[in-house]
Amino acid sequence: MTVHNLYIFDRNGNCLYYNEWNRKKQAGISKEEEFKLMYGMLFSIRSFVSKMSPLDMKEGFLSFQTSKYRLHYYETPSGLKFVLNTDLSVTNARDTLQHIYNFLSLSSLCKNKIRFKTLYLFSNSVDSCVRQEYNLTQSGC
Amino acid sequence: MVIYSVYVVNKAGGLIYQYDNYVPRAEVEKTFSYPLDLVLKHHDEKVVVSFGQRDGIRVGHAVLSINGVDVIGKNTSDGKDILEYLKDPSNYPVSIRFGRARLSSNEKLMLASMFHSLFAIGSQLSPEAGSSGIEMLETDVFKLHCFQTLTGIKFIVMADPRQSGIDALLRKIYEVYSDFALKNPFYSLEMPIRCELFDQNLKSALEVAEKAGNFGAGS
Repeated sequence: MTVHNLYIFDRNGNCLYYNEWNRKKQAGISKEEEFKLMYGMLFSIRSFVSKMSPLDMKEGFLSFQTSKYRLHYYETPSGLKFVLNTDLSVTNARDTLQHIYNFLSLSSLCKNKIRFKTLYLFSNSVDSCVRQEYNLTQSGC
Repeated sequence: MVIYSVYVVNKAGGLIYQYDNYVPRAEVEKTFSYPLDLVLKHHDEKVVVSFGQRDGIRVGHAVLSINGVDVIGKNTSDGKDILEYLKDPSNYPVSIRFGRARLSSNEKLMLASMFHSLFAIGSQLSPEAGSSGIEMLETDVFKLHCFQTLTGIKFIVMADPRQSGIDALLRKIYEVYSDFALKNPFYSLEMPIRCELFDQNLKSALEVAEKAGNFGAGS
């Protein structure tokens, strides 16, 4: 079981947090561009899915997988978007993402008086949270 | 368990075949008095509910008919704007039928090319080397499965999340495509598939897959 990376976006598409644990391939563009591309892809997937769906959805888009990795997506009602890339053996990371959200929003976001928009999340607390969830060791996996 | 629809997309992102196998009909008809307790708005040449879910009418549902007469886009059957018509108290009580708007063929073309680029971005943003594009996309009401052939044709099947045996179905559709579309002397490559034998064989493959799915055969 491997966790590759985690993105957290606010509702305007700013990347609040990014960390990678076991990423083997970089996208070949700057991080700034990569965040934009990732957010744009999620935005399009959301609109794609809502049009394609034959029935009314509750949660909407949950995850997608390719031959090598799986992308898990969780969006809060306030528009925070959590994106976790793992290998294919992780079938459902919804609870983990919710856990990170609870943990973060309570511990660092809500109690913080700094404006939400420009806030970069405390890197080490998210890092330890993901490490706890997936039993990652310091050396990777 | 059902298979909703099948799309075939050529290597340039153009939709060359689409078939709706099963379209759930969730429509609600209700009589309203003035003033209307739903908020409606124009969206993509349609009138949709933007706020106020009740009695099975959901946000995103479009107005399909008024007083039993089907609407034409955002106008009533006699050419008046729906929102204007519903503002007039003398038209009440009014009976309105709501439901999910059906995709037009233009929208299907657009969505197919949208998926084509999502597929490519999914592979570019991969944290692992040598990744394919999106093979399976999951939501709470359907799963989209995509199989790309070596020649770049994409076969896309949308099915119930619990439906199994989709991988076998996608390969079967590829086989049907090779046998009946490609060997058809009147078919030019990359162009829309209009071929009766392809239709028939695709439909029977879908029937087989739907039956097999009920027994939970390995996917």
